[in-house]
Amino acid sequence: MNNRKIIIIGNGIAGITAARHIRKKDVGAEILVVSGESDHFFSRTALMYIYMGHMKYAHTKPYEDGFWEKNRINLKRAWVDTVDFQGKKVEYRDGGTDAYDVLILATGSKPNKFGWPGQDLQGVQGLYSLQDLERMEQNTKDIKKAVIVGGGLIGIEMAEMLASRKIEVTFLVREENFWDNVLPKEEAQLIGRHIREHHIDLRLGTELGEIIGDSSGRVKAVSTKSGEKIDCQFVGLTVGVSPNIEFLRNSELGTNRGILVNEFFQTNIPDVYAIGDCAEFKQAPAPDRRNIEQVWYTGRMHGETLAHNLTHSKAVPYKPGIWFNSAKFFDIEYQTYGTVPTALPADWDWFYWEDPKGKRCFRIVFGKSDKKIKGVNALGWRLRHAYFDKAIAEGWMMEKVLLHLQKANFDPEFFDSPHKDVLAAYNEQYGKSLQPALKSLFQNLFGTKV
Amino acid sequence: MKQFQQAGIVIFVISLLLFSVLPFIGSYKLEKETLAASVKTEHLGVMEEVLAPMVGQEFSSNFAFMGEFNRLFGGYNDAMKANQQWDKVIWDNYAFALTKASALGPVSQNPHFYLFITVVFGVVGALMYILPMYRGKPEGIKHDGIFFSSMKSKGLLGILTGTWLILFYIVLYWFPEYLTNLVLMVDPISMALSGNPASQWFLYGFVYTLAIIVMGIRMFRKYRGNAYQTIRTVSVMFFQLAFAFLLPEIMVLMNMPWHDFKNIWPLDYSFFYDYRIDGMVNAGALGMFMLIWGIILIVLGVPIFTYFFGKRWYCSWVCGCGGLAETLGDPYRQLSDKSVKAWKIERYLIHGVLVFAILMTGLTIANYFTEFALLGQATNQLHSIYGFAIGSAFAGVVGTGFYPLMGNRVWCRFGCPLAAYLGIVQRFKSRFRITTNGGQCISCGNCSTYCEMGIDVRWYAQRGQNIVRSSCVGCGVCSAVCPRGVLKLENADEEGRINEKPILIGNNSITLNA
Ligand SMILES: Cc1cc2nc3c(=O)[nH]c(=O)nc-3n(C[C@H](O)[C@H](O)[C@H](O)COP(=O)(O)OP(=O)(O)OC[C@H]3O[C@@H](n4cnc5c(N)ncnc54)[C@H](O)[C@@H]3O)c2cc1C
Ligand code: SF4
Ligand code: SF4
Repeated sequence: MNNRKIIIIGNGIAGITAARHIRKKDVGAEILVVSGESDHFFSRTALMYIYMGHMKYAHTKPYEDGFWEKNRINLKRAWVDTVDFQGKKVEYRDGGTDAYDVLILATGSKPNKFGWPGQDLQGVQGLYSLQDLERMEQNTKDIKKAVIVGGGLIGIEMAEMLASRKIEVTFLVREENFWDNVLPKEEAQLIGRHIREHHIDLRLGTELGEIIGDSSGRVKAVSTKSGEKIDCQFVGLTVGVSPNIEFLRNSELGTNRGILVNEFFQTNIPDVYAIGDCAEFKQAPAPDRRNIEQVWYTGRMHGETLAHNLTHSKAVPYKPGIWFNSAKFFDIEYQTYGTVPTALPADWDWFYWEDPKGKRCFRIVFGKSDKKIKGVNALGWRLRHAYFDKAIAEGWMMEKVLLHLQKANFDPEFFDSPHKDVLAAYNEQYGKSLQPALKSLFQNLFGTKV
Repeated sequence: MKQFQQAGIVIFVISLLLFSVLPFIGSYKLEKETLAASVKTEHLGVMEEVLAPMVGQEFSSNFAFMGEFNRLFGGYNDAMKANQQWDKVIWDNYAFALTKASALGPVSQNPHFYLFITVVFGVVGALMYILPMYRGKPEGIKHDGIFFSSMKSKGLLGILTGTWLILFYIVLYWFPEYLTNLVLMVDPISMALSGNPASQWFLYGFVYTLAIIVMGIRMFRKYRGNAYQTIRTVSVMFFQLAFAFLLPEIMVLMNMPWHDFKNIWPLDYSFFYDYRIDGMVNAGALGMFMLIWGIILIVLGVPIFTYFFGKRWYCSWVCGCGGLAETLGDPYRQLSDKSVKAWKIERYLIHGVLVFAILMTGLTIANYFTEFALLGQATNQLHSIYGFAIGSAFAGVVGTGFYPLMGNRVWCRFGCPLAAYLGIVQRFKSRFRITTNGGQCISCGNCSTYCEMGIDVRWYAQRGQNIVRSSCVGCGVCSAVCPRGVLKLENADEEGRINEKPILIGNNSITLNA
C-alpha cells in the first residue's frame, strides 16, 4: 500500500469523498485529484444559488482552500484527454502526463441533447457545470423571455433561476404532469400549481418541435410539436444527463452508457475504478435502484465505499441502504424515503393526505396484505431521516408509523406539524380511531428524547 | 406598489439626511444663568471666570461654540496641570450640558416639528417600503439578489451605511455635545416618560428601540410563514420596548435608579460598580430586588435556562444587542467570516473579554467591601479602560458600525462576555443542539453563508454531526434557509447530543465515521 500513486479524475462529490477517506486510512498514498472544471471542489447542487445571488461561488466550496494541502491531497486543474491504460498514465490536453498505480474515474455527467434542430444555436444550453453557469449568465443578460424544455429537477431549478431575474419563463413538459415519472399524480399536480403560482407558464403535455434561430445564429423562438411558436431569447435544455465519458470511449475500458463496474466499482481493467454519475453497474445494486445512480448522495456513498475497499484488505460490495432523496421546488421542499412508485403494483396500497391549502402533503406506501411500510413522500413537511430509515428497514406496520408521526416531524419549532391531521384523515378514510400518544406540556417545552 | 415603495425609500433617505444635518443648524449662546443651572456649585466661580469671554456671545455653529469652549476650558485645565495643581483641575465634563442649554436654534423652539420631519417621517418612509415587501409572493426564502446588492454585499451603499453608523457611534460616545439638537428634539418624549430632560443616552435608546421595531416588522415580512422567526422577533421587540426602553424610564419617574431588568452582568459590566450598588441599596425594597434579581440571573438564570434551551433564550430572544442584530442587522447576516481563522480569533477575543470583565468586577467588589482600602480609586481607571475599549469602542462602534462590513453579530461573536459565559454552558451542559437530518445534506452552503455567527454549519451537516457550538445563538436561520430540510434546532436528551464520530445514514456497505 505504501506510497502508491492514486489519481482521481473528477473533483465532484464522488471523487473528493474517495480522496478524503483514502487519506484518512492511508497516510502514505500520493493522491492527485484532476479536474478541468474548477480548481477546488464545489457543490454542484448549489449552482442555482450563485445565479440567484443567494451565494457567491466561494460559498459553495465545502472546504476551505487550505484544507487540501493540509490533508496532502494534490489538486490539478487540467482536462484529461486520454488514459494510457497499458502504460498506466493519464495524458493532459495541454500536454504532460502523470503516472498512476490506481486510477479512479469520477467524471460525472453531461447534459443530454437529443438532436433537435437548432440545439446548437447561441442562447441554447443545458446546465451542469460552472462553465454552463457562466454561459447562462451571458446568454440571459438583458433578455425578456426564456423557454425551458424538460420537466425534471434541473428544469425547475432553471425556471426558478430565470424567474429570480424577472425573466418570463415558459416551461415545456412532455409528460401529463411535472416530474410524474417519479412523483405520483397528486404530488406532481401540487407542484404544478406551485410552479404556476410563481407565474411560470407551465405547458404540460407539450413537446419541443424545433428551435428557431435568427440570421446571426441566435435563438429567437421555439416551436412545439403541435405547431405553436413561442418567442424567446434563451432556451434551457434540461432533458436529463448521461455519463461524461466521451474521452474514454474507444479504449479498452468497458463501457455501455457509463463505465461498466461491478459491486466493488472495479472496471474491466485492474486498478481502474469508476464511481459517481459516470459509473454504470453491470447489475443494479438493489431491486429498487437503477444501474446508473445520478444523485449527490450516491456519489458520496460510492466514494466512501471505494475508499474503504482501497484501504482495507477485505473489499466489501456496495450495498446502499434505504433509498432517500430530497429536492426543493421553488418554495416547497420534497423528501422521500424508501420506495414510492408512481402507480401502485398489485399487492401495494397507499394513503395520501393533503393540506387544505394545497401546499403540503404526505403519502405512505405499504403492503396491501401485510400493511408494512414501504416508503413515504412528503411535500412542504420535513421528515426525520432516522425515523423512516428505521421504520422501513424494520418493516413497521403503517399504523404504527402514523401513530408516532410526531417523532418523525423535522419542521422547525413552533411550526404546526400536520401529524394530527394526517392521522385524523386516515381515521376518517379507514373508519379507524387511532389516538396518538400525547406529549405533555412539559415535554413540549423542554423536549423529549427523540 | 413599486412606486409607493420607492417613494418610501425617498422619504426615508430625506429624513435620514435631515437627521444627519440637524445637529449642525442653529446658533449657541451661553448665558450666565445657564452656567449657574448646569455647573456644580463648587465649580461655578471658576467656570464663570474661565468662560467669561464667551458668556453672552452668540456663536453661529456648535463648532464655533465648542471651539471657544475648548480653548477656554481646556486652556484653564492645561494651565493647572502644567502647574501640578491637580486639585484645581476640573475633571467633570460640562461640554454636553452647556451646549445643550445654550442652543438657540429652531430645534429648541420647536422640537415636535423636527421630531416629525426626521424620526416620524423616517419611520413612515421605512414602513412604506417594508409593508408591501413580497406582497403577493408565496411564503419562502427571500434571498434573491443579496450578493448583487450594493447594500448587502459590501458595495458602495454598504460602505456608506457602515461609515455613517461608525461616525454616529463615535460622536455619540465621545462628542455628544455635537448631538445636542437631536437630544433637544426628543426632550418632550423624555419629559413625558420620566419627567427628566433627555440625555444622549435617551436619544440613543429611543432610536435603537425604533430601529428594532421597524426592522422587526421587516422580519415579519421577510420570514412570513416561519413561525420560529416570527415569534422570536416579537420577543426581542417586546423586551426592547418594555424592558430596555419604557420600564427604566418609569423607574426614573419613580425616583429609582435607571435599570434594565433583563440586562445581565457581565454584559451589564457596571452592575457591580459602587455607584450602581449604592444606587440599588439606597432605593428601598425595589432597589434590593434589582440587586438580588440581577444576581439570581447570573448564578441561576443563565445556567438553568441555558441548560434547557441553549443560549438562544437570551441571545436571540431577549437581549437588546441581539435584538438589534436580529432586526436591523438581518440584511447583513451573510457577511460574517466563516473561516477557521476567524473562529480562532473569536475564541481568544471573547474569552479574553470575559476574563477582563471578571477580573475587573472581582477587584471592584473586593475594593468595595474593603471600603476602598485595597486599591483606592484605581478601579476607576480600570472601569474607564473597559468602558472605553469594550463598552463603547467594541460593543458600539465595531459591534454595530461594522454590520454592513463584517456581519451583524461582530460584538456578540467576538466581544460579548455574557455570550462567552452562556456559550460555555451551552457547549458543555445543555440540552440544546442543532440536529442534522441523516444523510440529506447536499453541501450547498446556504446554512453557513447565512449563519450570522460565522459557524460553518455545513461542515457538521455534511458529516451528519450535531451542531453544539458555543457561539450558536439559535437564530434558526440556518434551518430556515436549508433547501433540503437538514437542520432542526432542538432541546432534547443530553445523551447522544455530542456525537464526535457521526454516522451518515444510507450506506449499508460500511459503518463509517465521517
Ligand atoms: C444543477 C444541478 C443540481 C443538482 N441538484 C441535485 C440535488 O439537489 N440533489 C442531488 O442528489 N443531486 C443533484 N444533482 C446531481 C449531482 O450534482 C450529481 O449527481 C453529482 O454532482 C455527481 O457527482 P460526481 O462526483 O459523480 O461528478 P461531478 O460532480 O460531475 O464531477 C465530475 C468532475 O470531473 C470533471 N471531469 C470530467 N471529465 C474530465 C476530464 N476528462 N478531465 C478532467 N476533468 C474531468 C468534470 O468537469 C467535473 O468537475 C444536481 C446536478 C445539477 C447539475
Ligand atoms: S448555527 Fe444556525 S441557529 Fe446557530 S447562530 Fe448559526 S444560523 Fe443561527
Ligand atoms: S443548507 Fe442544508 S443542504 Fe445546504 S449545506 Fe447546509 S445543511 Fe447541507
